[in-house]
Amino acid sequence: MTISNTRPITPELIAAHGLKPDEYERILSLIGREPTFTELGIFSAMWNEHCSYKSSKKWLRTLPTTGARVIQGPGENAGVVDIDDGDCVVFKMESHNHPSYIEPYQGAATGVGGILRDVFTMGARPIAAMNALRFGEPDHPKTRHLVSGVVSGVGGYGNAFGVPTVGGEVEFDARYNGNILVNAFAAGLAKSDAIFYSKAEGVGLPVVYLGAKTGRDGVGGATMASAEFDESIDEKRPTVQVGDPFTEKCLLEACLELMQTGAVIAIQDMGAAGLTCSAVEMGAKGDLGIELTLDHVPVREERMTAYEMMLSESQERMLMVLKPEKEEEAKAIFVKWGLDFAIVGKTTDDLRFRVLHEGEEVANLPIKELGDEAPEYDRPWREPSRPAPLPASLVAEPEDYGLALLQLVGSPNQSSRRWVYEQYDTLIQGNSLQLPGGDAGVVRVEGHPTKALAFSSDVTPRYVEADPFEGGKQAVAECWRNITATGAEPLAATDNLNFGNPERPEIMGQLVKAIEGIGEACRALSFPIVSGNVSLYNETNGEGILPTPTIAGVGLLPDWSRMARIGSAHDGDHLVLIGGDGTHLGQSVYLRDVLGIADGPAPEVDLHAERRNGDFVRAAINNGQITACHDISSGGLAVTLAEMVMASGKGAQIDLSAAGGPAHALLFGEDQARYVITVPADLANFICANAEGMGVPFRRIGKVGGDALTVTGLFSVTIPDLRDAHESWFPAFMDGKPA
Amino acid sequence: MRSAVVQLPGLNRDRDMIAALTKISGTAPVTVWQTETELPDVDLIVIPGGFSYGDYLRCGAIAARMPIMQAIKARAEAGVKVLGVCNGFQILLEAGLLPGALMRNASLKFVCREVKLEVVNAETDFTRAYAQGQIIRCPVAHHDGNYFTDAETLAAIEGNGQVVFRYAEGTNPNGSINDIAGVMNAKGNVLGLMPHPENLIEAAHGGGDGRGLFASALNVIAA
Repeated sequence: MTISNTRPITPELIAAHGLKPDEYERILSLIGREPTFTELGIFSAMWNEHCSYKSSKKWLRTLPTTGARVIQGPGENAGVVDIDDGDCVVFKMESHNHPSYIEPYQGAATGVGGILRDVFTMGARPIAAMNALRFGEPDHPKTRHLVSGVVSGVGGYGNAFGVPTVGGEVEFDARYNGNILVNAFAAGLAKSDAIFYSKAEGVGLPVVYLGAKTGRDGVGGATMASAEFDESIDEKRPTVQVGDPFTEKCLLEACLELMQTGAVIAIQDMGAAGLTCSAVEMGAKGDLGIELTLDHVPVREERMTAYEMMLSESQERMLMVLKPEKEEEAKAIFVKWGLDFAIVGKTTDDLRFRVLHEGEEVANLPIKELGDEAPEYDRPWREPSRPAPLPASLVAEPEDYGLALLQLVGSPNQSSRRWVYEQYDTLIQGNSLQLPGGDAGVVRVEGHPTKALAFSSDVTPRYVEADPFEGGKQAVAECWRNITATGAEPLAATDNLNFGNPERPEIMGQLVKAIEGIGEACRALSFPIVSGNVSLYNETNGEGILPTPTIAGVGLLPDWSRMARIGSAHDGDHLVLIGGDGTHLGQSVYLRDVLGIADGPAPEVDLHAERRNGDFVRAAINNGQITACHDISSGGLAVTLAEMVMASGKGAQIDLSAAGGPAHALLFGEDQARYVITVPADLANFICANAEGMGVPFRRIGKVGGDALTVTGLFSVTIPDLRDAHESWFPAFMDGKPA
Repeated sequence: MRSAVVQLPGLNRDRDMIAALTKISGTAPVTVWQTETELPDVDLIVIPGGFSYGDYLRCGAIAARMPIMQAIKARAEAGVKVLGVCNGFQILLEAGLLPGALMRNASLKFVCREVKLEVVNAETDFTRAYAQGQIIRCPVAHHDGNYFTDAETLAAIEGNGQVVFRYAEGTNPNGSINDIAGVMNAKGNVLGLMPHPENLIEAAHGGGDGRGLFASALNVIAA
């Protein structure tokens, strides 16, 4: 197949490139003539929602992105945050939703590959990965196939590449039936004085293509990711790329080796919109033009056209500007690793993006305008309405509290994710201190005796749906809380905003209010957003997903020997609830999964209390006063206690008779800013006095011991019964058996 | 004792192995690239885990044909200790240095979890630090660890004490025949195993059960 560059530009062709008529008018006025076919493809790649953030940019600007530890905020391949001693952590989260629905294994695999490349492009060796996955309802005919494919794709890529997957989320909801979410996070370690950026510098320098060869896979992928789905979805399978983790691992080693030589002036990975996006970004950021000669691009298919080469999303490719005198040294490194190395262009001083192919100039566009003057929309939005209050007195109590708890810990959304995370290599690199199943994944910093990093990824989409502002706040707060619960100081976060069609005012309203909530929480908790990604148009046949702004955060543990875990309590320890009693049942999993009702407002997040309570817990952990700690989130106090009991294998005797209020709200309420801690008996009075002194609400709720979780007067469930309920749902579901 | 770690494209637990050997012996191992034809003068050669050449062909098949393998075979014949872990085990099998084959896990899925191992033969150069029949903890992380061999070979390796480690207490994660987790050659100087003792050697790993293997192989058993 060859497509002529002189193919006539018809309205149909423009629409097929995802460009609106007014956007096309803008192209005409920018370049003063009709674009060539290749140029139309380039505009489509640069101006689609995925690459340009045209619907969200106005609102993203309101997020806090700076802080004392922030070395690099949004706008580069990943955010960079100082972790002392000249070390820094480089991280980002990005979605691969649309491709994963179409082809789950490769979609998820290349999502992992893309985010790893973002991290090592900056000179960091990846040390941790997480994945936030959301699927349709378990009964939906496609769900098992998608879970199976996505999980093996995530594992297939990450395991072979060699990065431990230390955390993540897996949730089910009918609202993801037609649009699953695959949000991939990666973090790497680098030296703060050896970070690499995409800004090209210097005129007449070689632009070098590195890595795998270019094929026809993924042509038009970013445009596909910016459109709604309908029944023709299967026709889009050829737009999904194919991943090669082996080449990526070689590319990692070659890039890190090359960076050591001092040869690299600028580097940009080829992700969405491949060669086009990487070349334009490098030039535009450095106020330079770029001239590419496509005849030198390593290809793995014959007769590829300029259009195809410019829009290919073949994986495991990099573009660099190198110091000419280091060219031979650089080439030798890539040859050693069996990778392609080709000079495909040069930097120029004319601010033009010129593409030559077979002696013909197939594109000649103003480089700054391609990126900077992408359309930006202030889309109309509607203030979401908030559900009426739902006092606990209007919510039925369960007939049997023990059965209700077993039902919750064995439900699709609260059950153990072991089936998933045992397919991920969680141990490679030998630095994993906390594996999936706790509050946060923790990885020690290699080369340092005591430092470690904590990672967590969180959002509660049902809260965001009920109240985008509070839900946005809650996503940030829960991430911050999970990191705090290990004893780490939360440093910064990355956001992955997954929403429906922004051209609908109610969806745009969700996006606007969620970003407002995220911003407010990030400011209050000193938890800036340093990188991120927006995925819109997650709709099929007009039905949008639950609004899902995933927040992934990073925290620093000064001394991992004092880290807290959820299952490290000792017999005889006292259990203390930090934060107020449970009262709020609106949007709770008790309401949804036990009573079958989705109703009420989302819990409000008091950010002052969040910070105060969290700071108290963290200080107590760092002082070595706490034996175990777990945050309270979905399922309330009861599920938190059950998870601690299952993890430690030690029971608990709980007495809530001193607390007022209905028992189901005390046990299942999802009020925020709360933790359960266990403390040695001789320290309990001291800790509680400290809490009182600092104005932190607390309640002494019981003692660790026995072989059951017992709440006086309400229920007693043995540890084996809890574990059986908790562990059996996922494997039974994947085996196609009723749980 | 001097050791060497072999590096091939796609291996990814080389850094873990280098860290383990360094921490246990106090000396960093020499690293050897796949295209080299000579090995330095060492007492222990280790092929670590990973996905050499992506494991796109049969696991370890391409790696087993790289130049360095000729040098490794020669040293093995000369009696130098050779250890292959995970992909390294697969490579030693493909190179014909060990008997048997590794198939895809019975579950058909990658599996990463902790298992129990029985030290079936504690009288080897790799297991001296353990007691005969001792049960140790050890993590596994692999997709193709399902050990298999024909009945005749199985009887022979069982009879000769060549089965060094067995999955214990019902923790066989991959369907291996006779719960075999690690085997050695008849001469006793080449050992391959699927589990990752290098990921359980210190407090940060939650235990040190894997240390004994390296302490034995490196001859640094604490008195």
